[in-house]
Amino acid sequence: MSATDFTTHADPMDRQVSAPGGLGPIGWLRWMWRRLISMRTALVLLLLLGLAAIPGSLLPQRTSDSVAVSNYFAEHPDLAPWLDRLGLFDVYGSAWFAAIYLLLFISLVGCVVPRIGVHYRTWRAGPPEPPRRRSDDPIVTGDSQVLLDTAETTLRAARWRVRRDGAHVAAEKGYLRETGNEVFHVALLGLLLAIGWGAVTGWHGNVVVRENTGFSNSVSQYDQFTAGRFVDEEAISPFTVRLDSFDVEFDRDPVQMGTPRLFDARVSVTSDGEQNTEFLSVNSPVKVADAKVYLIGHGYAPRLRITDSDGTVVFEDSVVFTQEDANYTSAGVIKAPDATPQLGFRGLFAPTAAISEEAGPHSTFPGPDNPVLFLSAFAGDLGLDDGVPQSVFTLDETDMEQLGLQSLAPGDDWELPGGQTVEFLGFDRWISVKVGHDEGGFWALLAIVIAVAGMTASLFIRRRRLWVVATDDGVSVAAVQRGRSASVVDRDELLRALR
Amino acid sequence: MILTQASPGSAAQVAEFSNTMTYATMLVLVVAMIAFAASFAARRTQSIDLRQREPALVGGAAVTAAPMPTGTADAGPEPDPDEPGRRAGNIALSLSWLAFIMLFVAVVARGIWAGRVPWGNMYEFSLTSALAILGVYLGVSTRRDVRWLGIFVIPLVLLTLGLAITVLYTETQQLVPALDSYWLVIHVSMAIVCGGAFLIAGTTAALYLIANRAQRPAGGPLSKLVCAVGRRLPEPERLDRLSYRIVAFAFPVWTFAIVAGAIWAESAWGRYWGWDPKETWAFITWVIFAGYLHAQSTAGWKGRKASWLAIIGLVAYIFNYFGVNLLFTGLHSYGGV
Repeated sequence: MSATDFTTHADPMDRQVSAPGGLGPIGWLRWMWRRLISMRTALVLLLLLGLAAIPGSLLPQRTSDSVAVSNYFAEHPDLAPWLDRLGLFDVYGSAWFAAIYLLLFISLVGCVVPRIGVHYRTWRAGPPEPPRRRSDDPIVTGDSQVLLDTAETTLRAARWRVRRDGAHVAAEKGYLRETGNEVFHVALLGLLLAIGWGAVTGWHGNVVVRENTGFSNSVSQYDQFTAGRFVDEEAISPFTVRLDSFDVEFDRDPVQMGTPRLFDARVSVTSDGEQNTEFLSVNSPVKVADAKVYLIGHGYAPRLRITDSDGTVVFEDSVVFTQEDANYTSAGVIKAPDATPQLGFRGLFAPTAAISEEAGPHSTFPGPDNPVLFLSAFAGDLGLDDGVPQSVFTLDETDMEQLGLQSLAPGDDWELPGGQTVEFLGFDRWISVKVGHDEGGFWALLAIVIAVAGMTASLFIRRRRLWVVATDDGVSVAAVQRGRSASVVDRDELLRALR
Repeated sequence: MILTQASPGSAAQVAEFSNTMTYATMLVLVVAMIAFAASFAARRTQSIDLRQREPALVGGAAVTAAPMPTGTADAGPEPDPDEPGRRAGNIALSLSWLAFIMLFVAVVARGIWAGRVPWGNMYEFSLTSALAILGVYLGVSTRRDVRWLGIFVIPLVLLTLGLAITVLYTETQQLVPALDSYWLVIHVSMAIVCGGAFLIAGTTAALYLIANRAQRPAGGPLSKLVCAVGRRLPEPERLDRLSYRIVAFAFPVWTFAIVAGAIWAESAWGRYWGWDPKETWAFITWVIFAGYLHAQSTAGWKGRKASWLAIIGLVAYIFNYFGVNLLFTGLHSYGGV
């Protein structure tokens, strides 16, 4: 499968395979196998793989954004189920995608393995016999045996593989080209296996953590958790992570306005009864037991206290708001089911608040220079007792009545018409964290590094042959390299050495 | 670093200097393009007969000492100093070097102003890409006589720069924290160099198709144009070899760019591969160029079909840049337009 290579043996994979006539089932199988491992089939499968990857970039994928898939279903109720049946929302895990790359790899094995044997035999056999002399082969006159000796010494010194015969010297160089080619393809196979191994033995979960709270590494604690086939979800390594503080500083230089300059989460990690303080940052995950903890995102969690008209505190906590724009205008929902009547709020938090005609309340800087919480209050039935699970980020207003709007600075309170009070106490920060265990990554990296080394050898090393053949009054020198003239350079060098 | 801490006034001056340099580069390139055009138009056209050369070594007849053209390896025939248009070509090439240096200064100034590597958004990426295209072209020109290629490359550089300063220009310089990593330098710089190489390879592949077509007699007006251009080009085999050499250089670099990106993604997002649109299209581009390299040694694919693959690969690369940045939402949406 190497590119522009010359071969003594016509490429075994490139033979025209004609359809068998009346060969019976074995003949047909043999014919199909030959077809499958032919270079043309491999090439078509390779291009098909590229083509098959396209829909996965055009349609939302469950593996990366399941919310977008649900939205797509809502927007295209007729089309989506059909696309789903074709596996188009999970292209890279679909049977047809797997079929293409498995066929490609089978074709690759069928192509490369015989070539390894051929290459080994070629290498063992050494440089081939000289070709028929051509009239335009340059000639050096002199004592042919002396010239052959000189040629042999010169070529050996230049690390050619040389075979000396009574009447000629045959030399060959660049076996590593084919070796590299085979290493590349075998390493790709290794890459596939490493990725597959990582997929079946790996797991990962996502969780949002507010300051001064934590989580333990068990499936139930994650907002989202995915595990490979071989993973015992009950047996993942036990540890806990607690977010002690989260510091973020944003650049105030007019050019770099809002760029995070410092981005550190101080976490306490307890594993095997040992507690350590670690710093978690973007691009620098923390290793805990056999897993890695990654900082994926962060945001604000306004802290509120809600008091009923009789003075009972019915809610006091910080609530995770999700980031809406680059300046951390954040939105969230607060629910107080214990209040009478039940209270619900839609909130917009702006760390540096401003109000404009077009954008309404929004933030103009990601840091908390002027934090303001904009609340819209609702009273009535939150609908939590219906038994239908509700997202913490949505408020079902069907049985609720809007009470009014209010903007609050930290420390402000707002007395609602029914005598209930909302206090905006301040804010915590939250981080979203990904915890993952992967056994394939290292091997995949190793495989790809080997693959690139092999590929580079196969692309840049040139295989060349030279023959010095005794004639009546000296020697003739012949060179070959298909499609390229590098051998001619070698030949001319050798000629200079001989003359 | 010192300059970033300077007052906003002097920082703005650096940015303005970068912009002025970019405009000046474009001016120089326009002159270079005219000189390249004059050089190309003056080239000797090759008659159809002359081009019916003996076919290169074919098929299994490998173990024969082939009639090889003498001269330096791979470089084709020695450039003919009396070739018409050579002087204009020399002027154009010198101007291209000047433009390269000026654009390099513009990119460095932009980097100094931003206080980081100058490829944090599409404007800067395009600016650096233009530099890479010029760089790859000039790099090839040091090893081979490619004055004939200038007229096709310089307009592409100008187009890239033109898009950068008009459509993609951005003042705001927010860099997502995930981008603040030395893997960015490796990953993106490799991707940019590959962009330059793929563009040159795609161009020579397209020229191969034109030169190939020009070997047959012209028919309609379009094919007359194709033949007029094609008969001034070097032999199709030379064009094909040039595309192959450039892709052979770029392909391992592209692989490493993807690997560096995967390592970066692993530490930033917790997975080394997630079929994000940008990753998917990088993979598609990889697959197409892998296909190209294989096609060049597959009977029935070598030459024309392979050249089409190089062109499609280039299109995939460009789509990965403009299409994925502007049409898709993904983790790589740093366009800032």
